[in-house]
Amino acid sequence: MKILVPVKRVVDAYVKIRVKPDGSGLELANVKMSINPFDEIAIEEAVRLKEKGLATEVVVVSVGPAKSQEALRSAMAIGGDRGILVETAETDVIEPLAVAKILKAIADIEKPALVLMGKQAIDDDCNQTGQMLAALLGWPQGTFASKIAIDGGVIHVTREVDGGLETVKLKTPAIVTTDLRLNEPRYPTLPNIMKAKKKPLEIKTAADYGVNLAPRLKVLKTTEPPVRKAGIKVGSVAELVAKLKTDAGVL
Amino acid sequence: MPTYKAPLRDMRFVLYELMNSEKLPELPGYEEFTRDLVDPILEEAAKMCEEVLQPLNRSGDEEGCRLENGVVYTPKGFKEAYKQYCDGGWNSIACDPELGGQGMPKIVCTVIEEMMCSANLSFGLYPGLTYGAYVALKGFGTDHQKATYLPNMVTGKWSGTMCLTEPHCGTDLGMLRTSAKPQGDGSYQITGTKIFISAGEHDLTENIIHLVLARLPGAPSGTKGISLFLVPKFLVKDDGSLGARNGVSCGSIEHKMGIKASATCVMNFDNATGWLVGSANKGMQAMFTMMNAERISVGMQGLGIGEVAYQNATAYAKDRIQGRSLSGVKDPAKPADPIIVHPDVRRMLLTQRAYVEGCRALAAWAGEMLDISGHHPDPKTRQEADDFVALVTPIVKALITDLGYEAANIGIQVYGGHGYIREWGMEQFVRDCRIAQIYEGTNGVQALDLVGRKMPANFGRNLRQFFHPVADYIEGHQHNEQMVEFIGPLAKSFGRLQQATGAIAQRGMARPDEAGAAATEYLRLFGLTALAYLWARMAEVALAKIAAGGDADSDGFYKHKVLTARFYYERILPETSSLLSKIMAGGKTMMAFEEAAF
Ligand SMILES: Cc1cc2nc3c(=O)[nH]c(=O)nc-3n(C[C@H](O)[C@H](O)[C@H](O)COP(=O)(O)OP(=O)(O)OC[C@H]3O[C@@H](n4cnc5c(N)ncnc54)[C@H](O)[C@@H]3O)c2cc1C
Repeated sequence: MKILVPVKRVVDAYVKIRVKPDGSGLELANVKMSINPFDEIAIEEAVRLKEKGLATEVVVVSVGPAKSQEALRSAMAIGGDRGILVETAETDVIEPLAVAKILKAIADIEKPALVLMGKQAIDDDCNQTGQMLAALLGWPQGTFASKIAIDGGVIHVTREVDGGLETVKLKTPAIVTTDLRLNEPRYPTLPNIMKAKKKPLEIKTAADYGVNLAPRLKVLKTTEPPVRKAGIKVGSVAELVAKLKTDAGVL
Repeated sequence: MPTYKAPLRDMRFVLYELMNSEKLPELPGYEEFTRDLVDPILEEAAKMCEEVLQPLNRSGDEEGCRLENGVVYTPKGFKEAYKQYCDGGWNSIACDPELGGQGMPKIVCTVIEEMMCSANLSFGLYPGLTYGAYVALKGFGTDHQKATYLPNMVTGKWSGTMCLTEPHCGTDLGMLRTSAKPQGDGSYQITGTKIFISAGEHDLTENIIHLVLARLPGAPSGTKGISLFLVPKFLVKDDGSLGARNGVSCGSIEHKMGIKASATCVMNFDNATGWLVGSANKGMQAMFTMMNAERISVGMQGLGIGEVAYQNATAYAKDRIQGRSLSGVKDPAKPADPIIVHPDVRRMLLTQRAYVEGCRALAAWAGEMLDISGHHPDPKTRQEADDFVALVTPIVKALITDLGYEAANIGIQVYGGHGYIREWGMEQFVRDCRIAQIYEGTNGVQALDLVGRKMPANFGRNLRQFFHPVADYIEGHQHNEQMVEFIGPLAKSFGRLQQATGAIAQRGMARPDEAGAAATEYLRLFGLTALAYLWARMAEVALAKIAAGGDADSDGFYKHKVLTARFYYERILPETSSLLSKIMAGGKTMMAFEEAAF
């Protein structure tokens, strides 16, 4: 069974992001970037499946600027076997649909039995690519996986849904998107980081797959969330109720 | 509780913008270490230090090590962390790839060592000692010894120690008494007591390989009669498996000021079986090979602690509100301003920062030269790099541990009373850092090494490796308008250093006490001038990036690099003037004091 794992290079989860002064987007120059945490969970799961003998090859793919090679190398340090970078220009805006189309084209060529991917990227929080890819391929999908069990050609996916857990049974080939609790990614070992550098990495373009990257959405404005105002102390319950009525207008 | 984030941005600046690490792959043996490999290595090292080692720092200090029936237990979590550390390959970053090591360039190892020391100094000592023993054994052991012991020391399955100190001798190893009796079968019986042995006994590894200094029967007195022996805790059978317990045991562990999670042991050797490493009576030579490497590492301890103290002091200064800014209220929504508005608090934070970033550059310079001296194809270039390393080793050790200690102490001050309270963790940094000024040769002894050995060696050839580049730099930048503010003061300090060097050489010849009296101040003068040179170069790089425009400085990194350089020049470098006065005052007054009058 071949597994395809798409990964995205995003602003590191610990970086305090800043909006560009002109509101055109986020400040990305000189900001620490990392592999999207949900994707890291996906690659970890794929590697575990391979280690259990349930998968034969783990192919990692990224759509993004040249520097996305870093994310692919990180994924290969965890255990991915080879990488494909679909290189875009630094200034390109890449939307989920375009990524899904590229992934479909790659899936058509690579014929994986499973596409394991993050449920969303922490930069734009779209949570769309996996679902779109499933639709484009016409494959079953199990999203927000917190547990994956493989049994022959069937994948049991435990999903985190409002109010509990739901288990779905998918026939391969299928799409599974990962949630936070699926696993805890390992620390790559130093020898594996070194080996990752020597693993094959193919560089492609969107045109190679016949996909047009032109955005279909227009970003009007990016703003910082409003600053929380300082709280006040009230003297009595009566004052609190009065304030809730008059100032806050919630009663 | 203190936190730690590896200063990767600054580390990359030092490696790739100040130093020439881009060129590392040109050195034979380092072909692989291109930036696209070094970067992820640093990031993973940072993760390991931040997420695995740092969380054990406070608890390790509180719990300490415990000795029960001759067995030393390390604090909770250390065993698991050590396993994770070794499994990740971090134990062998600097070791030879032929023995299973990672063969990483020294400059990169230096940076990783700094992170480890910031995260957990006590923890770092265990693998640090193993590496020291590895270096000595690799350099001087027989092929059989190397094949028997090194592979397991590289993986971290076995650890190592350096057993030098005895109750009556620390600095003056010439007096040591531990004896070695030949057994006729190539082995020796080692008997004696060693004290203060770091990692002498612990529960992290299956076996511990002690490297012990001892005396053969009839050996000449003093340091010329000392030999080095290998004494394993468990004897190793021919098939490599562990055999009988050897006659070496831990008598007690020290209760000490800091690095409490590092076991400091009294080791008793009772007719323990050992083997000679290197030639008879040449033990000091082998030991010094190891010690030079370790001295740079001890410097990193000062740097690492200084950095983590700075990080936490900064966070606290932004958070703690107290008093109002002298120039008017800064945060009207709060009852007081954060203490970072106060000039005196800024003075403290910037002193820490200027020390730490300057020392990081100095360490990287030494690291780069170590790489050249070990790997450059041209023998003359290697020799020159080697001269440089010999010269700066005592400076890296003593200056960086002194400044690191000062930075840690400032950390307490920024926290006020809370800095004095254990829970905040700031006083631990001071306690942990303090030992770095003492072991591997006290800082006083480092100063004597500089003045007495490194300065005159080869008729001053070592000195040239520092003096020439600095003189050339001053010369080459004299007419650079942007650099005037740095070059002028740099030239002055450099002049003071030259003057002091001449005076000490001259006076020391006639009266050796004069050199001894000036040594500590001379080392500091030397070190502060070296940092000034590096700060000028850092400012130059930063100014060029700013001038290039674009979004190179969108995060203000370079702007603040220049400001820190200015702070160093305005508020720290002037100390060189008083240092010169002290040096020139000579040692007559102190030597005139009668011993009984003290
Ligand atoms: C926590 C800890 C861990 C240690 N780990 C190890 C270890 O793993 N292995 C090991 O072998 N040792 C270890 N040591 C010992 C350490 O290296 C020695 O303590 C150190 O070398 C100083 O020796 P000493 O304590 O005997 O001091 P002394 O040599 O007695 O020195 C006392 C003072 O006199 C000064 N002095 C001495 N001689 C001279 C001189 N010629 N000129 C000018 N001043 C001089 C010194 O600078 C110092 O200020 C450790 C010590 C500690 C506390």
